[in-house]
Amino acid sequence: MIDYWSSNQAEIWRLLWSHAWLSVVPVIIGLVIALPLGWVAARHRWAYPPLVGIAGLLYTIPSLALFVALPGILHTRILDVTNVVVALTVYAVALLVRVVSDGLTSVSADTLQAATAMGYRPAGRFFAVELPLAVPVIAAGVRVATVSNVSLVAVATFVGTAQLGTLFTEGLSRTVNQLPPILTGILLSLVLALVLDLLIQLATRLATPWRRAEVRR
Amino acid sequence: MIGDWWSYLTDPDNWDGRNGLWANIVEHVTYSGIAVGVALLIAFPLGLWIGHTGRGATLVVGTVNASRALPTFGLMVLLFILISPHFTGKTDLPYILPVEIVLLLLAVPPILSNTYAGLQSVDPAVRDAARGMGMTGGQVLRQVELPNAYPLIMSGLRSAALQVIATATVGAYIGLGGLGAPIYDATQQGPFQDTESSHLATGELLTGAFLVAALALLIDLVLATIQRYTTSRGITGRYRSSSDLVAPSEVAVRAAEGRTDLAPGGQQVAAL
Repeated sequence: MIDYWSSNQAEIWRLLWSHAWLSVVPVIIGLVIALPLGWVAARHRWAYPPLVGIAGLLYTIPSLALFVALPGILHTRILDVTNVVVALTVYAVALLVRVVSDGLTSVSADTLQAATAMGYRPAGRFFAVELPLAVPVIAAGVRVATVSNVSLVAVATFVGTAQLGTLFTEGLSRTVNQLPPILTGILLSLVLALVLDLLIQLATRLATPWRRAEVRR
Repeated sequence: MIGDWWSYLTDPDNWDGRNGLWANIVEHVTYSGIAVGVALLIAFPLGLWIGHTGRGATLVVGTVNASRALPTFGLMVLLFILISPHFTGKTDLPYILPVEIVLLLLAVPPILSNTYAGLQSVDPAVRDAARGMGMTGGQVLRQVELPNAYPLIMSGLRSAALQVIATATVGAYIGLGGLGAPIYDATQQGPFQDTESSHLATGELLTGAFLVAALALLIDLVLATIQRYTTSRGITGRYRSSSDLVAPSEVAVRAAEGRTDLAPGGQQVAAL
């Protein structure tokens, strides 16, 4: 195991970095898309069922099916990494639209009225009051999306994208010493999921200082 | 591209035979069904016990969080390599066992956590009322907690089924059949290029992808329909004639409060 690590260090780092990148970027893009959609679903009662319904429908599509069908829809090449990013973004949006909408709805009406009475205009109130107060709920969704992405990214091995999943196929294709690459891949994806989860929790904590004030009292 | 897909899908030759699409669908449904069935046998009673007694709740939260990070594909490959040397001769077990174990690991947490969360979400006043009426622990579980928790339990079962159907596709990589087989087979033959064999591969690839997605949606739809018609009307508030029935749990609360004026068949009560 140690031998395997020392002789393949550069390759393992490259795969880990690519895996991390593929897990995080789709969630960020997904959040940017889901924020306005979730806002619409929270603001207009009629828009909630269709938006959340379509999102739920997208979430039922198996990842491998989406990975291989996207070249047909986007006219990309089958081995293009764009397919993987787009597919994972679709899942992130599907999950986050509901979460953003529920988060915004969870802000109490009293708070909103107080903000309005203090002179906030709708846009200012959204960014200074509603969105920050919805952060804990949204962050919980972002954690789920990111951690599940770490597991989903490995499936992209089927469409030739290099990431930690590549170590699994490498182990399978070997005749001797099959275990080191496979165990390394499993171990690193677990560690990656854990680290990303902790980072999001840390960022949430930093973004919501008022919650800590409450705990201290 | 759509043409490739359509001509592959509608060619009867692709559906018949040992490696045909029908066989793939049957295999996929069988593997998924076994995994979800066994998961239900394990997770449902365990969830009921934890939810009813409140013991071991941290275990539930822990397994659910950990299961999301589970590298399913890697685990499948690892188990395959560990298990296959122990089987010799003509048997499919070295392919089936690793996939079933991983699918089981995926299916247990959503069912377990939702069964637990369902029981936890029951209004304590309703539970107390049922006890106050003299129900035993088992009766409270069967007649009050279970009907109230049912929608959440079913949604756990649905998300388990979806994940299992999606992940069973990956089993094709270690040589298992199912709907992953046409997808994997086609990716090896270079789809999305302008040659005759590539057009065939494109058709096979898109057909496999289409059928997995369709299967997932169909199963979800079936389970949603079952849920709709088996949920207690006391929960959904869906009455044939809304004026002449009272929700059972509402009756229990009222009975506990010493009010007998609203027995079933009495006046209208707002849906819960």
